Amino acid sequence: MIREWFKSGNPWIWLTASAVSVSLILVFGLLLLIAARGLGHFWPATVWEYDYKNQDNSVVRLVGEVHDEEAVSAQRLREAGLAIEGDEEVTRYLLKTGNRDVLGQDFRWILEPGIQDMRKPETLLAIERREWGNLYGYLNAVQENQQTVAVGKGAWESLQQRLQRATALFAQIRALEKGEIGSINYGLERLRLRERGLELENNTDPAERESIKQERAALNAEYEGLQKQLTDLYQDINRDQIMVTVSTGETVMVPLAKIVHAYRPNAMSLLDKLGFYMAKVWEFVSDEPREANTEGGIFPAIFGTVMMVIIMSIMVVPFGVVAAVYLREYAKQGPLTQLIRIAVNNLAGVPSIVYGVFGLGFFVYFLGGNLDQLFFPEALPTPTFGTPGLLWASLTLALLTVPVVIVATEEGLSRIPKSVREGSLALGATKAETLWRTVLPMASPAIMTGLILAIARAAGEVAPLMLVGVVKLAPSLPLDGNAPFLHLDRKFMHLGFHIYDVGFQSPNVEAARPLVYATALLLVLVIVALNLTAIAIRNRLREKYRALEN
Amino acid sequence: MTDTKQTSDTPVSGNTPTHAIDIEVLSRGRNMRQIADETPCLKIQGLNLFYGQKQALHNIDMVIPKQQVTAYIGPSGCGKSTLLRCINRMNDLVDGVRIDGKILLDEQNIYDKSVNVADLRRRVGMVFQKPNPFPKSIYENVAYGLRLQGVKDRRTMDGVVEDALKSAALWDEVKDRLHDSAFGLSGGQQQRLVIARAIAIEPEVLLLDEPASALDPISTLKIEELIYELKNKYTIVIVTHNMQQAARVSDYTAFMYMGKLIEYGDTKTLFTNPHQKQTEDYITGRYG
Repeated sequence: MIREWFKSGNPWIWLTASAVSVSLILVFGLLLLIAARGLGHFWPATVWEYDYKNQDNSVVRLVGEVHDEEAVSAQRLREAGLAIEGDEEVTRYLLKTGNRDVLGQDFRWILEPGIQDMRKPETLLAIERREWGNLYGYLNAVQENQQTVAVGKGAWESLQQRLQRATALFAQIRALEKGEIGSINYGLERLRLRERGLELENNTDPAERESIKQERAALNAEYEGLQKQLTDLYQDINRDQIMVTVSTGETVMVPLAKIVHAYRPNAMSLLDKLGFYMAKVWEFVSDEPREANTEGGIFPAIFGTVMMVIIMSIMVVPFGVVAAVYLREYAKQGPLTQLIRIAVNNLAGVPSIVYGVFGLGFFVYFLGGNLDQLFFPEALPTPTFGTPGLLWASLTLALLTVPVVIVATEEGLSRIPKSVREGSLALGATKAETLWRTVLPMASPAIMTGLILAIARAAGEVAPLMLVGVVKLAPSLPLDGNAPFLHLDRKFMHLGFHIYDVGFQSPNVEAARPLVYATALLLVLVIVALNLTAIAIRNRLREKYRALEN
Repeated sequence: MTDTKQTSDTPVSGNTPTHAIDIEVLSRGRNMRQIADETPCLKIQGLNLFYGQKQALHNIDMVIPKQQVTAYIGPSGCGKSTLLRCINRMNDLVDGVRIDGKILLDEQNIYDKSVNVADLRRRVGMVFQKPNPFPKSIYENVAYGLRLQGVKDRRTMDGVVEDALKSAALWDEVKDRLHDSAFGLSGGQQQRLVIARAIAIEPEVLLLDEPASALDPISTLKIEELIYELKNKYTIVIVTHNMQQAARVSDYTAFMYMGKLIEYGDTKTLFTNPHQKQTEDYITGRYG
C-alpha cells in the first residue's frame, strides 16, 4: 500500500506543494505583521482616565492610551520589588501618557490590580504637538493675545476654528521659508562662490564685481521684504494659545502654532476616526519628519529612495549592456573572457559594505576630491562632490548591481537566434548596425530582467549607503526649483536607513517602534512599485519581440 | 533525403539511369545548353575552405551564369551550403574558417582586402533555410535594407516596399496589414517576405539556402514559381536537398559530394545523362 503510494508520486507532489505553501505563508505573514503593526499606529486610540493606586498606596490620576499589554507572573514582579499578592499571572499595561514636558516621560507600565477606576471622558483632548510629543488633558480656555476669549463648551469650537487658521498660517510660513527664502539663500551662496572664484583667479574686473554687488543687493532687498512678511506671519500665528489641565492637575499653556492636530478621540464616531486615520496616513507618506524622525512623515526618505534607484538605473543599464555586448559579441571567446565572466559573477557576491568602503575611498575621497579641486575650488575647504552624496551613492549601487545586468544581458544576447543576425548581415548591415537595429532590441526584455533584479537589490540596500550619501535628516530634497534643479552632490534620506535610524538610534524607542513597521511596509511597497513598473515595461517588450521562442 | 520509393514512369532506355525524377518536368521547353555560352556572373576559382584542420571544400572551380538559376545538390554535409555562404562571405562569421582561392563577381575578387563586406552583401542577397523575419512590422522588414543605406524619404520607401512585395508575390496578401508584426504571417508568407526583403535592395545575385525545406508543399510551390519569375532580374543560386526541386527550378545543376564538385552542367543533362558514376548513384537514389 504505502509502497504504491510512494510510487504513484503523490508524496512528492505533496512535498513540493508544501514547500511552496510554506514560502507563501511566510511572505504573507511577514507583510501582514508589518502592516498590522505599522498601520495600527495611525488609528486614534481611546484615551483612558484611570484612578491608579501606586505601590505606596497613594492614588493618582493617570491619562493615556493603552500601547501594549502583557501577562507577567506575580513571582517575577515580586522579584522586581513590587508588592503583589497571589500566584496568578498579573496583566500589566504600557500606558502612553504623553505630556513629556510635565511628567518627564511618555510611557509607564501600570498593573491591573492597581486600577481602581477607569473612564473614557468625552471631553478629553489629545493634542499632537510639533515638539514634546502628545499632550492629553482637558481644555480650559482659549486665549487670544493673553486674553481669554472662550471657556467651557465654546472653547472646543473656538479651538477648532483657530487651529484651522493657525495651520494655514503655518503652511504659509513653511512655504516662504523653504521656497522663496531658500532660493534667495541659494542665490546668495552662488554669488559668494562666484566672488570667491574671481578672487582665486586674481580677476579684478570691476564690472564683474559690480554685477555681483548689484545682484547681492537685489537679493538682500528681496530677503528684507520676505523677512518682514515672515515676521508678520509669526506674529499672527502666535496670537492664540490654549490652556489645558493635565492629569496631575497642572495647567499647561500650548500656543496654537505648536499644534499639529487637536482631537477628542473618545467623542469621535467611527467615521470621524476613519477620516482622521486617512489624514494621518497621508501625512505619513507626504510630510517631513519631526522630532528626530519619531513623528511626522517620511516623504524625503521615499523621495530619496526612488530618486537614487532611478539614477542608479540610468547609470547601470548602459554600462552593463555595453560591457555585456563587448563580452558576448566582440571579445574573442577563450579562457580570458571566461575568467572575466567568472570574476563578474563573483562580483555579485561581494558583501555590499565592501562596495560602500570602495565608494567612500574611490568615488568620494579620490574622484570627488579631485573634482572639487578642478571644478569647485571656490567652495573649498567646504567639499562639493568630495563628500558623500546622491551621485556617489547611485554610482556605488550601480557598481554593486552591474554584474546582474551584465549576466542577464549576456544571457539575452546568447538567446538571439543566429538566423536573425545572419538575416541582417545578409542585407548589408555591419555588425554594429545589426546589433543596434535588431539584436539589442530583441535582447531588451532580458536587459529589463537584469534591471529588475538590480532594482530589487539596490532599493533594499542600506549598508553601503551609510558610507556614501545617506543621512538621518537631509535639510533639502535633491530635486528642487533652484537651477540646476537636480543636485547630485546633496545628501539624501533613504527608507532603509530611516528604519534603522528610527528603530535603533531614536531617543524615544517606544514611540518610534510602530513607525519602524510602517516605514518597512512602505519600503516594501516602494520596491514592489518600482519592480512592477519595470516588469510592465519588460512584458510590453516581450510581447513585441515574442518571436524569439519560435 | 531519400526518394528511393518513388518510381518513375519514364521508360528506361540503354544508358539512361533509373530516375527518381520525372524527366518531363525538367524540360519546360528548354534546349540543352552550355555554360560556356552564357554570360558569366560569378567565377569560383580554386576555392578551398578549411574548418580548422578539416578541409570542407576542395578546389572548387565553376562559373555561375548571369540571370539563370543554378542549383547545388548533394547529400547532407557535402559542403553545398558552405560553398553558397562563401559567395556572400557569410563564412567570415564562423570562427576558425580559412579560405583560399578566388570568387570573382564582375571580375573582382570578393575576398580581396579592398572589398567592403557590407557592400558585397548588398550586391549578393541571401535567403535562409528557416524564415527569419525581424521582430518588426512587415513594412519595416522590407524597408530594413534601405534604411541601412540611409534612405529616409517616405515616398521612395513606400514605392520600393510595394514593388518588392509585389515581386515576391506577397503584396496582395499583406497590403492591408503592412504595419502589423511580421510574425503574424504563415511560414510560407514569412519566407516570401524574407525574399522581398532581400530583393528590395536590388542585389545582383540572390542566394537561396534550402528556401523551401521548412515549408508545406503549397508554400513550396509558390516559392518555386517565385524563383522562376525572379530569374529574369537576378542571378539565382539555390541549395536544395530536394532533387525534384532542383530539377524543376534550375537551369544548371552542380552535384557536390564530400566537399568536391563532382559534376556541373545543364540541369537536363545532369539528371538524364550524368557523366559521373557518383552523380548517377545519387540521383537514382542509391545514397543520399
